[in-house]
Amino acid sequence: MAKHVVAAAAEVIPGDVKIVTVNGREIGLFNVGGAYFALLNRCPHAGASLCHGQVMGLAMSDDPGTYRIDRPGGMIRCPWHGWEFDIRTGQSWVDPEKIRVPRFAVAREAGGDIVQGPYLAETFPVMVEDDYLVVEM
Amino acid sequence: MSTTTLDRKPESQTRLTVIDCDIHPTLRGGLDNLVPYLETRWHEHLRIYGPLMHQAMAKTLSYPRMQPGLARIDAWPPEGGAPGSSLSFMRRQHLDPNGVEFGMLQPLGPGPMQRNHDFGAAVCRAFNEWQLQEWTGEDNRLRGAVVIIPDDVEAAVAEIERVGANRQLAQIAFPPRTADPPGSKRYWPIYEAAAAYDLPIGMHVSGFNGHTLTGGGWPSFYIEDHFSNVQVMQAVVTSFVLDGVFERFPGLKVVLIEGGLGWIPALTWRLDKHWARMRGEVPQVKRPPSEYIKENIWFTTQPIEEPENPRDLLHLIDWIGWDRLLFSTDYPHWDFDDPKYVFKVRLTEAQKSQLFRGNARAVYSRLG
Repeated sequence: MAKHVVAAAAEVIPGDVKIVTVNGREIGLFNVGGAYFALLNRCPHAGASLCHGQVMGLAMSDDPGTYRIDRPGGMIRCPWHGWEFDIRTGQSWVDPEKIRVPRFAVAREAGGDIVQGPYLAETFPVMVEDDYLVVEM
Repeated sequence: MSTTTLDRKPESQTRLTVIDCDIHPTLRGGLDNLVPYLETRWHEHLRIYGPLMHQAMAKTLSYPRMQPGLARIDAWPPEGGAPGSSLSFMRRQHLDPNGVEFGMLQPLGPGPMQRNHDFGAAVCRAFNEWQLQEWTGEDNRLRGAVVIIPDDVEAAVAEIERVGANRQLAQIAFPPRTADPPGSKRYWPIYEAAAAYDLPIGMHVSGFNGHTLTGGGWPSFYIEDHFSNVQVMQAVVTSFVLDGVFERFPGLKVVLIEGGLGWIPALTWRLDKHWARMRGEVPQVKRPPSEYIKENIWFTTQPIEEPENPRDLLHLIDWIGWDRLLFSTDYPHWDFDDPKYVFKVRLTEAQKSQLFRGNARAVYSRLG
């Protein structure tokens, strides 16, 4: 496992996704309520580029006629067949036990620490005064 | 819970080649793109009056679709325009990487459903010229469909006679939702022309005939609208068989496109049972219905059934017949089936060869 500086933290905003390539693998970076997550950009159902889908909540109903949104901004919906996955866990909504998107640990680090630290594959300049996302892979 | 991830390694991208029996070419920006192919009289009609189908809303479908443009979110061409409107992007995203040896086009336009039949026939002619000019003429893997307005039988036959000899057009596009069930005698001149040109009748789910989408009335949800396609295809099969179309035109080929597969054995068993008891009502049906279905009707695979036990699909295809199914993707629509992932179980090389290519060659005589 190595640590890779993948993006400036400010580039990954709630409700959106930033796609980066690490070790030749595309991953999507997400910001859910200020916490950062990374998922492999590949749907386990039929191979679509999952992270090109929509970031949404989960429409739920306790009873016909009542509706609520669970996990607002916490789900990614596949751009092909609409399968929904929890951004925080990678779990599929239809079958959370068996179907899961690989995820990677993301940490937010201060630029000052990164300049000194043991990080790999920087493809952009790191500023001491900014924060960055670091993925372990 | 249905688990439908792969139970095997994906097909190698470089090895597998397919005949894709359902690809949607789309007008870049709507009907205005047909203007170069429309006679002035109908161009002006379009501009001043516009289209009108058998429903209140002229510019939408019977139910709003799940995703904009009905399409995969990644299928919008980078240069702009609707999904399916750019041949170069279609090549790059689908035809080349997915090993498409031949692609059967299904243009879904409003021509076949117009209440003004003369305008509808003009739109159909324009769609056919557009396919020849901008699609089949530009990529020799593609084969068009003769778009007709079935409820104007005279115009439909005239259009088949006008372009039917062109080998870039490989079938007749006939929507399954017409004013009457398609076995009705009023449509038989179309089948006579189809048989004369050896053009299969390709029935892609579509059409607005003013009737409710389901046998139980108007549905509330898109998921019901989507499922109603299964009911329509069952009505189409029973109508063709029981009206005796295949007795009159034994060489007629009918391809049902995007209507699902799971219902076929159940309908076949039930039709055979009822025929044994009520054959006297339909003496034109000289053999058990299943025999006509297994000789004259083919089915495309997308959107494929994904049973909880993926191996159940093999039983289903055993019952339907391995020679009856034609692989299709539905590119660029949202429910696209990827050839590398579509079959969740391992197929033999012979089975793959049949489903991905061989059966299509048996149906369509204008490939290669």
